[in-house]
Amino acid sequence: MSTVTAPRPHVVDHVDVPDNYLTHSRGFLSWILTLDHKRIGVMYMGAVLASFFVGGVFALLLRTELLTPGRTIVSADTYNQFFTLHGAIMVFLVIIPSIPAALGNFVLPIMLGAKDVAFPRLNLFSFWLWLAGAGFTLYSLAAGGFDTGWTFYTPYSTTTTTGGVIPVLTGVFILGFSSIFTGLNFIVTVHKLRPPGMTWFRMPLFLWALYSTAIIQVLATPVLAITLCLLIVERLLNIGIFNPSMGGDPVLYQHFFWFYSHPAVYIMIVPAMGIISELIAVHAHRTIFGYRFIAFSSIAIAMFSFIVWGHHMFVSGQSGLMNTIFSLISFSVAIPSAVKTFNWTMTLYKGTISLTAPMMYALAFLFLFTIGGLTGIHLATLNTDVHLHDTYFVVAHFHYVMMGSALIAMIGGLHHWWPKMTGKMYDEKLAIAGCIIIFVGFNLTFFTQFMLGSQGMPRRYYDYQPEFQIYHVISTIGSYVMGIGFLTTAVCFVQSLRSGAPAPANPWGGRSLEWQCASPPPHDNFKNTPRVGNPYDFSMLQWNPTTKGYDVDPVREAAAFAVEARNEQARGHA
Amino acid sequence: MTQITAEPQTSGHASGHGHADDHHSGEHAKYPFLAHHFETPAQQFDSAKLGMWLFLATEVLFFGALFVAYAVLRSRFPEVFSYASHYLDTVMGGVNTCVLIVSSLTMALAVYFAQRGKKFALVLCLWLTMGGAVGFLVIKYFEYTHKIHENLVWGPSFYVPPHSPEGEVEASVLAKAPAPAVNPVPAPTDPSATGLVSLAARPPADASAIKPAQSGPKGLGVWSAPTAAAAAAMEPQDPIPAEAPSDHLADPELPPNTHLFFAIYYAMTGLHGIHVVVGMIVIGMLIFRATRGDFGPNYYTPVDLVGLYWHIVDLVWIFLFPLFYLIH
Repeated sequence: MSTVTAPRPHVVDHVDVPDNYLTHSRGFLSWILTLDHKRIGVMYMGAVLASFFVGGVFALLLRTELLTPGRTIVSADTYNQFFTLHGAIMVFLVIIPSIPAALGNFVLPIMLGAKDVAFPRLNLFSFWLWLAGAGFTLYSLAAGGFDTGWTFYTPYSTTTTTGGVIPVLTGVFILGFSSIFTGLNFIVTVHKLRPPGMTWFRMPLFLWALYSTAIIQVLATPVLAITLCLLIVERLLNIGIFNPSMGGDPVLYQHFFWFYSHPAVYIMIVPAMGIISELIAVHAHRTIFGYRFIAFSSIAIAMFSFIVWGHHMFVSGQSGLMNTIFSLISFSVAIPSAVKTFNWTMTLYKGTISLTAPMMYALAFLFLFTIGGLTGIHLATLNTDVHLHDTYFVVAHFHYVMMGSALIAMIGGLHHWWPKMTGKMYDEKLAIAGCIIIFVGFNLTFFTQFMLGSQGMPRRYYDYQPEFQIYHVISTIGSYVMGIGFLTTAVCFVQSLRSGAPAPANPWGGRSLEWQCASPPPHDNFKNTPRVGNPYDFSMLQWNPTTKGYDVDPVREAAAFAVEARNEQARGHA
Repeated sequence: MTQITAEPQTSGHASGHGHADDHHSGEHAKYPFLAHHFETPAQQFDSAKLGMWLFLATEVLFFGALFVAYAVLRSRFPEVFSYASHYLDTVMGGVNTCVLIVSSLTMALAVYFAQRGKKFALVLCLWLTMGGAVGFLVIKYFEYTHKIHENLVWGPSFYVPPHSPEGEVEASVLAKAPAPAVNPVPAPTDPSATGLVSLAARPPADASAIKPAQSGPKGLGVWSAPTAAAAAAMEPQDPIPAEAPSDHLADPELPPNTHLFFAIYYAMTGLHGIHVVVGMIVIGMLIFRATRGDFGPNYYTPVDLVGLYWHIVDLVWIFLFPLFYLIH
């Protein structure tokens, strides 16, 4: 692999050593049996992107089916399978593992200054579990597919005649444990492997976000696991706990499911917010505004995530009191979310913004997340929710959050850490073009769905009234545009892998520890002891035109550390 | 404090942590069990212990959902629980509780002896714990087989309450086994055919809970013609011969939906039983390693962690026993 050629003292100490995590050992087995968190992260990333492609193809197919009322390309039953597969793949195989397991695995230990995660074997095991879960999900297609929707609501899911239900339930059960073990690993790593000097409040905000996410993963996912077990047993042995004709309670299933699946949307969005905190601070070259507020708002969202699940059941026969309480708590999630949004905006204000691809994605996130978040308020409001429930408004809302925010942040983060992961730079112009095309296509696709939904178009329907067709056509065209955007981005990455310029250690001017080791990092992350300081103090960095990266000015660095030490002392006295 | 370093003081780490055979200095040379990314045995032990506690938290939530299901069912059908609980054998359950508590004691002693490097006592205690686990499962096996023999099981294969309207529907279905349809969600057009009769008799909250499914999208409305597979899925697993009903069926006190008690009973005790089996596997691994002499005052992490796991398996049973056996 390429290495950095020019010596940059104080940042990278072993520039002439070609050994890095990619070249450390060779062969298929050295990857599939690796205990190196970086390789596991890269494998996750490849697997997640492959699943993203599959889920995306299903999305395009179902959008194509919706071009005209009635049959366009497939039958109603096939269409039901399409949207189910799209949802299940995107949620369980793509978004949930994308940021924590793929990017997080690669970045977390390096950012923290650790050599690896606390349990490297468990880490590899959770990747294997992911593969097994993905295998079962694929097998469910061969076994007859499934048309339950990704939510597997009973009693339909226990009685539908499609043969793939039990395989996919098994797959999601296994994927859940993959997620649990990743979260468990991250919590222990953050608690126990912080090196001296890395205090809680010196942790980059991405680590705070991953930590909060890990708490949700560990505490919410087991409930999904047992729920899926009960569903499998219900389907196999007919135990009747969720079956209304046997005295069971299908709404109990909904409670169990959303007790996991609402926190799960925060498993998706909280690490995305962490990425955005990094992208905005680094690419605006300005200290993050309100560090502690952003850090604690991640924890606050993690806590809130467990007490809002009932807002999925406003029309499921929940009592009025419960509805009111859940509505109220759901509103309050807006507070930590807005804290973050305002702080990011304040960081941009008077920052020195570099309009790089990661920054473009971060700006897209700000725009899309604001829409996605605020429409969530519409849905948390009881009376509007009764009107909007199960319409395209809901579809548009959660796509703005899950895709427009979580996935956009993931792709932005991938651009941000791409030089670190691969040691190659990508074509900035092409990447920005991809971002803009995705952004335009996304809004075409999903903003129209807000209009569809508010006019009463129900979600998941195969057929619709002719007056809705214009919106469906625009939405479908938008999805094609988005597809082109993602293709452009894929071309950009492939081009970078084939012929990208070698990446410097610090191409963007970041201060967190991963930018202090070489690109790509050596096998054991740090040959030389990195200095842990304020991860958002960019004052000591200066652009080096020969390496096209940032160097640390030793004089200014010493000054910054002295200032920090003085502040710390002052805080100690106070 | 101007020099803040990310690496701890152990300087022997500057080169090559990558391979196990590179640990030629400092703590790693002293403790062969110390993994490359930890600095001290204490750090490794603390990490493992925190990880185990987090895993136990997931176990609590794993069982927690079942406890919630239990609470929901019991609050909806209190008469079922107080009635059906009579069929559980309190003596066997009580003996099993004692067996598990004693095995928890021997497990705790195993940790104690591991910490003090008493190999023989450690192995003995592990074997005793294993014996407790086996004893528990044997007793559980007799309980299960007895109930299955008496047809005290879950679902439609459970006996049918003949005097209730729901029972009549179920009985008629059971009588002509592969018969037309046992629709879990009744078709809205034909309320009299199936369980909707019983739904109408229940509180309105139930009926409203069914509604969204009834008015599902076009593509989902295939209720009127369930295929052979669906009918087979609904078929009783172990149907009682209709001409020879067991004694329980004749009981005039038999409340409807009694099968739900046994559904949640088998779900919870079954899941607990699986955990006991997993416990036996890991204790077996411990016995192997302890006999080999892996553990001592410096290194007893696996014994400690398995001990924690075994205690939570015990603890779950401590809740299951009164909730199922002692409620009448």
